[in-house]
Amino acid sequence: MTFVADQATFADQAMEHMGGLYTAALRMTRNPSDAEDLVQETYLKAYRGFGGFQEGTNLKAWLYRILTNTFINSYRSKKRRPEETELEDLENLYMYRRLAGAEGATAGRSAEDEVLDHITESEVKEAIEALPEQFRMAVLLGDVEGFSYKEIAEILDIPIGTVMSRLHRGRKALQKRLYEFGRQRGLVPEGSPHA
Amino acid sequence: MHDNCYEAVEQLYFYLDGELTYERRVVIAMHLADCPPCGDAFDFESELRLVIAQRCRERVPEGLRARVYEALRKLEDPAPPAE
Repeated sequence: MTFVADQATFADQAMEHMGGLYTAALRMTRNPSDAEDLVQETYLKAYRGFGGFQEGTNLKAWLYRILTNTFINSYRSKKRRPEETELEDLENLYMYRRLAGAEGATAGRSAEDEVLDHITESEVKEAIEALPEQFRMAVLLGDVEGFSYKEIAEILDIPIGTVMSRLHRGRKALQKRLYEFGRQRGLVPEGSPHA
Repeated sequence: MHDNCYEAVEQLYFYLDGELTYERRVVIAMHLADCPPCGDAFDFESELRLVIAQRCRERVPEGLRARVYEALRKLEDPAPPAE
């Protein structure tokens, strides 16, 4: 079976984003089977809307908008209402201030370098998934996918000021958790100030 | 901490996110070049961000790509009615 032209164009342009979309979907749903369904549904919706998609607009941002809307409308409500949690506003440089100047566990290395080298994939994933949903989405779009504030505002349909606040608070909360992982694993020397 | 350091740290995320005007960006960049503690702190934040972005990537599961292609194909070309 061959693709018709429109389908082929869509496939060429949209399929390269599947890795990123699946990563975001899994961090949002926290469940591999839901994440696969969410990605598939995103592509189907995107394909149906592709005719009205303006050439030259941002295809990647548009795909993420469909993904997040689908998640919010279908997947989330299946389970429970989102926690409208507030996050405490932690200080800037949360992790760096606690590590700078300390010796790492390995002689001759700084605690900062040690922590950067040894944070594991599962720690990063766990720390992101622990963020309350609205902060998690902002961090995924900003720090993992590299969208600008304006793009995130459009994807999530929220004001830019809200994007900044969620992204900045979310990042600091993420740092706090990663720092705690480092402490638990002895990467941060004893005697470093506690949170 | 000097006033300039305080100002730089307040702008940390806007700077790393590329969301400052050119003029403000230059002011911060000059401060970072002049002030090793702030320079180190910004370097750490920027590396940490890379680490986070790189260490949460997922591979597309086996079969998902084919499944999506197949679903798209069915949209365009619905199966003929059963005989």
